[in-house]
Amino acid sequence: MSAFRLRSEPIDGDGLRRALQAHAAGGFCSFEGWVREQHQGRAVLRLDYEAYDALAQSEGDRILAEARERYAVVAVCCDHRVGTLELGDCAVWVGASAAHRDAAFAATRYIIDEVKKRVPIWKREHYADGDSGWIHPEA
Amino acid sequence: MWVDVLYFASLREMAGRPSERLHTAARDLRGLYLELRGVRGLTFPVERLRVSMDGAFAGWDTPLREGAEIAFIPPVSGG
Repeated sequence: MSAFRLRSEPIDGDGLRRALQAHAAGGFCSFEGWVREQHQGRAVLRLDYEAYDALAQSEGDRILAEARERYAVVAVCCDHRVGTLELGDCAVWVGASAAHRDAAFAATRYIIDEVKKRVPIWKREHYADGDSGWIHPEA
Repeated sequence: MWVDVLYFASLREMAGRPSERLHTAARDLRGLYLELRGVRGLTFPVERLRVSMDGAFAGWDTPLREGAEIAFIPPVSGG
């Protein structure tokens, strides 16, 4: 399996993990990104994520294909939320199964790092002081 | 030529709209952005953006195509 999906409903991590299980895989690694209560010292109430759907899908697919090329994995997947998220919600889920743990760890790290760098998804934070703003990191 | 432009996140707020269809005399993607920077008050310099045409990332010097869908991609913050 190699699937990148944008989701407007809560991510089902258990379901994704089960889908990555295979008798060929001796190791599994996952990463979850959660909505945190503060950003650069400001108290966060909630987040919105928006995506350029078509390009996010193709770029996410491309990243997973690259992970499969680079690392000896059995299966990889990534779900990313869009819409409004509350504190503690899971915003992104990445998983990789492999015969051995090195590839599972490395592929998971690669996928989340590349998703954060490349996929056209943007986060808007809503702060406790009533302000809100889109996050556009400096290079 | 006629093109469709999509705006996301802060660019949408600056432009005051999620998208527009416009007629441009620009020849390439950089020229289109510079034209719209002035018209729509977009503050991002070209260097901080990426650009896509018809759903694929493209270089700024890529010639425009009639009827193309162009999106300016401000720095992303997913993940």
